[in-house]
Amino acid sequence: MRRGWGLWAAALGVYAFLYAPLLIVIVYSFNDSRLNAEWVGFTWHWYGVLLHDEDMLQAIGNSLFIAGVSSLAATVLGTMAGIAMHRYGMKVLTFMVLTPVAMPEILLGVSLLLFFIQVLNLTLGFVSIILAHITFSIGFVAVIVRARMAGIEESIFEAARDCGATPWKTFLYITFPLILPGVVSGALMAFTLSIDDFVITFFTAGVGVSTLPLRVYSMIKIAVTPEVNAVSTLLMLLTLTMIVLATRFSPEVLRGKA
Amino acid sequence: MALLELRNVTRRFGDFVAVNDVSLSIEAGEFFTLLGPSGCGKTTILRMIAGFDQPDAGQIFLNGADLADTPSEKRPVRTVFQNYALFPHMTVAQNIAFPLKMAHLPRSDADRMLKEGLELVHLSDKADAYPHELSGGQKQRVALARGLVNRPAVLLLDEPLGALDAKLREEMQVDLINLQKEVGVTFVFVTHAQVEALALSHRIAVMRDGRVEQVDEPAKLYGFPKTRFAADFIGHINMLDAQVLEPLHGQARLAVPGIGDIMASHLHGVPAGSKGTFAIRPEQVRIGIHEEIQELKNHFRGTVRHFLYRGDVTVFKVSLPNGVIMEALLPNSAPGRAELFEVGDSVSVGWRHDAGVFLRD
Amino acid sequence: MNSKVRSFFSRARLAKLTVSGPPFVFLLLFFLLPGIIMVIASFRYPGEFGGLAPIVSATPETLHGLTLETYRFFFGDAIYARVLFKSFLVALATTLICLALAYPLALLIARSPKKRRDFMVLLVILPFASSFLIRVYAWMILLGPQAALSQALNGVLGALGMAPVHLLFSPFAVLAAMVYVHLPFMVLPLYTNLEKHDPTLLDAAQDCGANAWHRFWRVTFPLSLPGIYSGSALVFIPVLGMFAIPDILGGTGDMLVGNLIKEQFLVTRDWPFGSTLSIMLTLTVLLCVWAAAKLGSTRGHYA
Repeated sequence: MRRGWGLWAAALGVYAFLYAPLLIVIVYSFNDSRLNAEWVGFTWHWYGVLLHDEDMLQAIGNSLFIAGVSSLAATVLGTMAGIAMHRYGMKVLTFMVLTPVAMPEILLGVSLLLFFIQVLNLTLGFVSIILAHITFSIGFVAVIVRARMAGIEESIFEAARDCGATPWKTFLYITFPLILPGVVSGALMAFTLSIDDFVITFFTAGVGVSTLPLRVYSMIKIAVTPEVNAVSTLLMLLTLTMIVLATRFSPEVLRGKA
Repeated sequence: MALLELRNVTRRFGDFVAVNDVSLSIEAGEFFTLLGPSGCGKTTILRMIAGFDQPDAGQIFLNGADLADTPSEKRPVRTVFQNYALFPHMTVAQNIAFPLKMAHLPRSDADRMLKEGLELVHLSDKADAYPHELSGGQKQRVALARGLVNRPAVLLLDEPLGALDAKLREEMQVDLINLQKEVGVTFVFVTHAQVEALALSHRIAVMRDGRVEQVDEPAKLYGFPKTRFAADFIGHINMLDAQVLEPLHGQARLAVPGIGDIMASHLHGVPAGSKGTFAIRPEQVRIGIHEEIQELKNHFRGTVRHFLYRGDVTVFKVSLPNGVIMEALLPNSAPGRAELFEVGDSVSVGWRHDAGVFLRD
Repeated sequence: MNSKVRSFFSRARLAKLTVSGPPFVFLLLFFLLPGIIMVIASFRYPGEFGGLAPIVSATPETLHGLTLETYRFFFGDAIYARVLFKSFLVALATTLICLALAYPLALLIARSPKKRRDFMVLLVILPFASSFLIRVYAWMILLGPQAALSQALNGVLGALGMAPVHLLFSPFAVLAAMVYVHLPFMVLPLYTNLEKHDPTLLDAAQDCGANAWHRFWRVTFPLSLPGIYSGSALVFIPVLGMFAIPDILGGTGDMLVGNLIKEQFLVTRDWPFGSTLSIMLTLTVLLCVWAAAKLGSTRGHYA
C-alpha cells in the first residue's frame, strides 16, 4: 500500500482536529470552575446541576418524545419511499424525498413556519415539530432502504409469487426480513437526527415547547456554564451509541451517504 | 386434450416481436423442451405460461381453461429460475416449504410433503443449511424441490443447468430425467444447448426469431429436420445445394453442383425441378480408401484438408472436386480401422442412398 | 382480451399506489406545498402585526393583494446582494478548506486494509453524532479569550508589539466552525469515490515513469473529481444557508443570508421579505447546482 509518512501525518492531524474540540467539552464538564478556561479540579457538580435543572429535564423529555414519534413515522414513510424509489423509479417522489436532505435546513424551517401558521393556523408546538422532523428524516431512511433493496436479487420476488405468495405476503415474508437491517438503521439515524436537530426545530417550535438543542442554544446565548458541557457529554454518549448500532445493522450507512 | 396449449400467442416489446403467432400443444407427463438461440422468444413464452408476462394476442390454456385472468401466484404452474432464486434468509427446508406455507396446508400434510421433497432431491441432511452454504448443484436441487413440492400441473425450467460445469451438468441431466419420470409432472424446459435438449426431451420445439420452426421427437428432429435452420442448429451437418432431377416413389436423383448426381430418399411428393438443400450428418458420411467406399451408392474421391481429434471420434474435412468440403466422422475405436488419414491424403467419402434429407427451399 | 390486460394492470397499479402513496402525499403536504406558499408569500404585503397581509381583505384600507414590493426592496439596496455574495464567499472558502483537510484523510482510509476501513470511517462519522450545537459550542471554548489558543496567540502578538486579537466573535471563528461542522460531509463522498479506484492504474502510471506527484495529479485526482463534486455540494449548499454559526460565534458585522432570513421571520416579522430572501437563497443554490452539474459533465466521463 502506498502510504507515505506525510499522508499519515496529515490524516492524523485531521482526526485530531475533529476530536480535540469535543474532548475539551467532555473534559471541562468535570471542571470545578464556572469558566471554561482553566482546569481547576475534578467534580461531578455540573452533572448534579443538570439532574436538578427542571427546564433542562423537561427539554430532554420533550426531545426524546419527539424523536421517538417522528423517527417511527419517518421510518414507516421512508421505508415505503425507499421501496417505491427502487422499484418504480418515480422522479417526482425521489425529488421530494431527497431535496429536504440536500437543501439548506433554514429553507425548510422557514417554509414550514409559514405553512403551519398561515395555512393550517396551527399553534406551534409538539405537532409542528414532529411533522417537521418527519419531513427531513424520510430522506435518510429512504436512501438506506433503497440501497438495501438494490442488494436483493430481483428474481427472488418473482420466485415468491411463483410459490403462491400474494404481493402482501411477498412483502411480509420476503421483502421485509431482507430489508430489516436497513430499516432499523434508518430508524436509528432518524432518531439521532431528531434529537440533534436545531435549525428546523428553531423555527417550528414556537414558544411553548423546548427541546434539548433549543435549551442548549439559549444557555449558550445567555449564560454559559459547564452544565452545557455536562449535557453535551451525555448527548454525545447517547447519539454515539445510536450511530454505532446503526452502522452495525447496516454498513451501507457508512457508504451511501451522498 | 393437451394439458397445456398455446394458441396464436404473440408478444411484442415496442417494435420488437419476441413471440410471433406461436401455437403449441404440450401433453401431460411430457418432458417438452423449447430450444433455440438467445432472443428467439423461448424465455418469453415461459414467462407467459408462468404468468409473469401477458400475451398481446392469443391464449394459453391449462386443462382447457384460459389462464388469462389468473394471476401467477394462483396458477398451478411452478418455475425453476436460471439463478435458482433461493430465499437467502431461509434455510433449505424453509425454502422448500414456502409454497406449502402459501397454500395454507394443514401442518401434517405440509410436514409430510416437505420430507418427501427433501428426499426426492437427496437433501434431507442439508435441511437446516442456508443457501450461501450450498454448492451450485445443491442450490439447483433445492430450487427443483421447491418447484415440485406441491405437485404443480406444469414445472417450467429456465436454463437451469447453465451455471454448472460440464461434468455436473451431465449428472444433473440424468437426475432430471429420473426425477421427471418419478413425479410424472409435465416439464417445460428452456435451453439453447441442443445436446441437452436431445438427451432430456420427449419432444423438442425448435424456435427462431419468435417462431416455431419444428416440433418433433429428438430422433426425428435430428434425423429428419424440416428446415435449414433446424438442421444446422442441432449438431453438425453437411449442406449442399441441390436440384431434384427424376423423383420416383420417394427416391430421386439430385443434381449437386460441383459433385455430380446423387441418389437420395425420403422425397415424397416433391416435384421434379425443385431446388433445395441436401443435408447429411457427418456420421452418415463414411470415409476410407477407395476400395471400401465404392460399394456405397454415393461415393466420391477427395483430399483430406483438415481433421479434428475429439477423443471418441475424429472429424475429417474432405475437399471434393470443384471445392465442395464435406465433414465425415470416423469413430476412433472402430475395429479394423488401424489407419488414420493425414492432411493431403487421397480418400474417398460415401453414403447410402437413404442417408440424408432433402430440404426444399 | 381487454379484461385480462386491465386486471393485470390494476393489480400492479394498486401495489404501486399503496407503497408510494403515503410518503408522496406527506411530502406533498409538508414539503412541496410550504415551498409554494413561500413563493406566493414573497409577493404579498407584511401584515399589520407581522406575518402576512391577506390577499383578499374585507376592509379595503388595510394592505392586501400581491406585489413586487419585496423584490424591489431586495434589488434596490445593494446591502442584500452583498450579504448574499458574502455568504457565497464563506461557502466557497469553507468548501476549499474542507477539501484540503478531507482529501489526505479520505486517501488514507481508502488505501488502508479493508478491515480497518469501516472503523476509520466510523471514527469520522462519530463527531457527527454529537449535536451540531455542541460542536459549535466546543469552538466557543477553544477560541475563548481565556483559552490556551487565544493566550498563546496574543502572547506572540504582544511580543511583536501588536494589539491583541479577539478570536471569538469574528469571521475567523465563523469560518473555523463552518469547516469543523461540515468536514465529515466532505470526507465520506471522497472516500467512497477513492475506495473504488483501481490500484493497478497507479502501477501502470509508475511503469510509464510517473513520479508520486504525477501519479496523484494525473491519475488519482482526475478520477476523484466526482467525489470532489459530491462532497463540495454537501458542504457548499448547507453553508450557504447557515445561520446558527454566525449567530453564536460571529460578531455583529458577520451576518450571512441565513441570519437575515431568521431576523425577518422571527424578529422583524416581515414575512414577505423573509420569503423573498429565502427564494433568492434557493435560486443561488439552484444556480450553483446547475453550474456544478455543467462542470461535471463537460469534464467528460472517467470510467
